[in-house]
Amino acid sequence: MTAYLITSVSVVGAAPTDLLIRDGVVAEVGSGLNAPDATVVDGTGLVALPGLVDLHTHLREPGREDAETVESGSRAAALGGYTAVCAMANTSPVADTAGVVEQVWRLGREASLVDVQPIGAVTVGLAGERLAELGAMADSAARVRIFSDDGHCVADPKLMRRALEYVKAFDGIIAQHAEEPRLTEGAQMHEGEVSTRLGLIGWPAVAEEAIIARDVLLTEHVGSRLHVCHVSTAGSVEVLRQAKARGVRVTAEVTPHHLLLTDEVVSGRSELASPALANNWSPAGVYDPVFKVNPPLRTASDVAALRAALADGVIDVIATDHAPHSVEDKECEWAYARPGMLGLETALSIALDVLGPEWDLIAERMSRTPARIAGLTGHGVDPAPGVPANLTLIDPAARRTIEPAELASRSRNTPYARMTLPGRIVATFLRGEPTVLDGKAVK
Amino acid sequence: MIKHLLSGGDLDADTATEILDTAAEMATVAGREIKKLPALRGRTVVNLFYEDSTRTRISFEAAAKRLSADVINFSAKGSSVTKGESLKDTALTLQAMGADAVVVRHPASGAPHRLANWVDGSVVNAGDGTHEHPTQALLDAYTMRARLGRLAGLSVAVVGDVLHSRVARSNVLLLSTLGAKVTLVGPPTLIPVDIAGALAPATDVSYDLDSVLPNVDVVMMLRVQRERMNDSYFPSAREYARRYGLDGPRMRRLPEHAIVMHPGPMNRGMEITPEVADSPRSTIVEQVTNGVSVRMAVLYLLLGGNNR
Ligand SMILES: [Zn+2]
Repeated sequence: MTAYLITSVSVVGAAPTDLLIRDGVVAEVGSGLNAPDATVVDGTGLVALPGLVDLHTHLREPGREDAETVESGSRAAALGGYTAVCAMANTSPVADTAGVVEQVWRLGREASLVDVQPIGAVTVGLAGERLAELGAMADSAARVRIFSDDGHCVADPKLMRRALEYVKAFDGIIAQHAEEPRLTEGAQMHEGEVSTRLGLIGWPAVAEEAIIARDVLLTEHVGSRLHVCHVSTAGSVEVLRQAKARGVRVTAEVTPHHLLLTDEVVSGRSELASPALANNWSPAGVYDPVFKVNPPLRTASDVAALRAALADGVIDVIATDHAPHSVEDKECEWAYARPGMLGLETALSIALDVLGPEWDLIAERMSRTPARIAGLTGHGVDPAPGVPANLTLIDPAARRTIEPAELASRSRNTPYARMTLPGRIVATFLRGEPTVLDGKAVK
Repeated sequence: MIKHLLSGGDLDADTATEILDTAAEMATVAGREIKKLPALRGRTVVNLFYEDSTRTRISFEAAAKRLSADVINFSAKGSSVTKGESLKDTALTLQAMGADAVVVRHPASGAPHRLANWVDGSVVNAGDGTHEHPTQALLDAYTMRARLGRLAGLSVAVVGDVLHSRVARSNVLLLSTLGAKVTLVGPPTLIPVDIAGALAPATDVSYDLDSVLPNVDVVMMLRVQRERMNDSYFPSAREYARRYGLDGPRMRRLPEHAIVMHPGPMNRGMEITPEVADSPRSTIVEQVTNGVSVRMAVLYLLLGGNNR
């Protein structure tokens, strides 16, 4: 195995030091390290973080390899600084059996760009009617611990209760896409002033908040673990705050886009939660389906609440909800477009805008906590002698303008086209081997 | 002049007034023996209809033909579109045909805005989803001005299913621009959230039709679909008609000069009774006539007929 010596790098924001990586682990940390056999990586001005971990990635394989594959999504993840991603179950066929989750896991191993941890479906075919074989998926080679019908809500309260109870047997966790389906029938965007102006049926905030409220009570009742996917409203934050104060074992994630973009972008306005970024950017037009996502982009006050909740810990992690879609699925009428946005290659930049430059907080929200929630040992651990060398090097001073054509994903549906974002991933190491060097994928 | 007409909000007061004045000139053509002007000779207007609306299509077709334009009717319903041809592909086809203007009716809100990104010609929104129908608002404004002599200072009640009404949205935007005051009336389930903030801050909302009627110059009844009842927007057709329908006794609460409008087609007995629809206050037939003149004006001005 090769050795790498990273010189003068700031580990999670601390004073510059050298890092020696050998045989897949961090061998030494200290100033003036010397290793003649090692490839030297100049870390001057760079920050080293434990490799990022994404709890919510859509890799589209099997079924929609035109939009993304495990390999292309893994490459996008590595370029975004990730060393592990959790692959959502809404593939075709659905990842609701041991066979499918093992297939995804194996494809991830073959690509070996990041660790791909499959998420299993909660219900057969995501239909919300019968429990999938959760135990078989947990016992499979993929060792599934997170189960989610993401894209759909487990709306039936009895089924949700059973799922929460059942996974206690193997310390599983149910990750809920919180959306009361009756309240969002036909919904096209956030219900509010903009939806009224644009004549699009609204997705009311209460449809998310009501399910989260129900689920935290169910979780408390059965003594299980709940993870709330892509929280998007200020009201949801308050429900979570109260549940956590009572000691309910609930964690929650927020996406980069819900931390930055508001529903006004659908009407073609460049109103962002970050004035610094809004300055250099404007949406391509009104009704551009690149901004169609589920849950929808919310209001400026929701975004402000999400940012505050991420900082104070009511929201535990940033998860990308990376959702690649083909051009045909996005270059159409708003109502017919598939919801979802790319996220892996831009998440850290948005996190820098929201949390930067508090590196410890970024490590907590994007690496340590998601690794802990997913039970991914060896990930989310700060570089120190003896730990697996899963890490990412960031140039916080760099800025880059996002060109969709230059992304590694097979899809182009980034909401940040032609936006200039802070920060750049310079290198990513997976178990001591670089997957990204000089900002480029190694394979 | 603007390039496309996608929303009632695209028009400032001067442009809207220019359209109404031009429409008044166009109206004189209808009275001539040869109802035709050469203004758009050699230009191509495509009627691209993804949704059945014979009334609107014929109105645009008549308008284009009276201006001597070549008209292509493309009913996208049941054509290659259902076989998966995308709006963008269709746009490229229209482009290749050399369409100077595309009049588009579409069940998806915003489809005309998307189309405008993909064609060089002018796009006229002839109704998109539950969003807007700007030429309907123009013909309504034209009709009000013709009957009442002005628009500024008028008080207009728009009554019924505002939530799903593209006519209501375009009217609120246009009438506010032209200085009229709009009050939206209907059951709370059919009045969209934040409507005033969304469209025009001076807009009022009322759930009580009887209290509004004595103070308005115009009452515009919207079509209410009975299917809304099955989705619990209101309990029954009978209750709807009792609370929000315009019948004879209610009509008599209006000031003497006030007019009654309806974009058609009507549900007689639901939102409007025959007595009201057929009364001298009703402008329903004039609205249809005025529609052609207004659409002539829109096509003429969008296609630069005034520069030729
Ligand atoms: Zn989801």
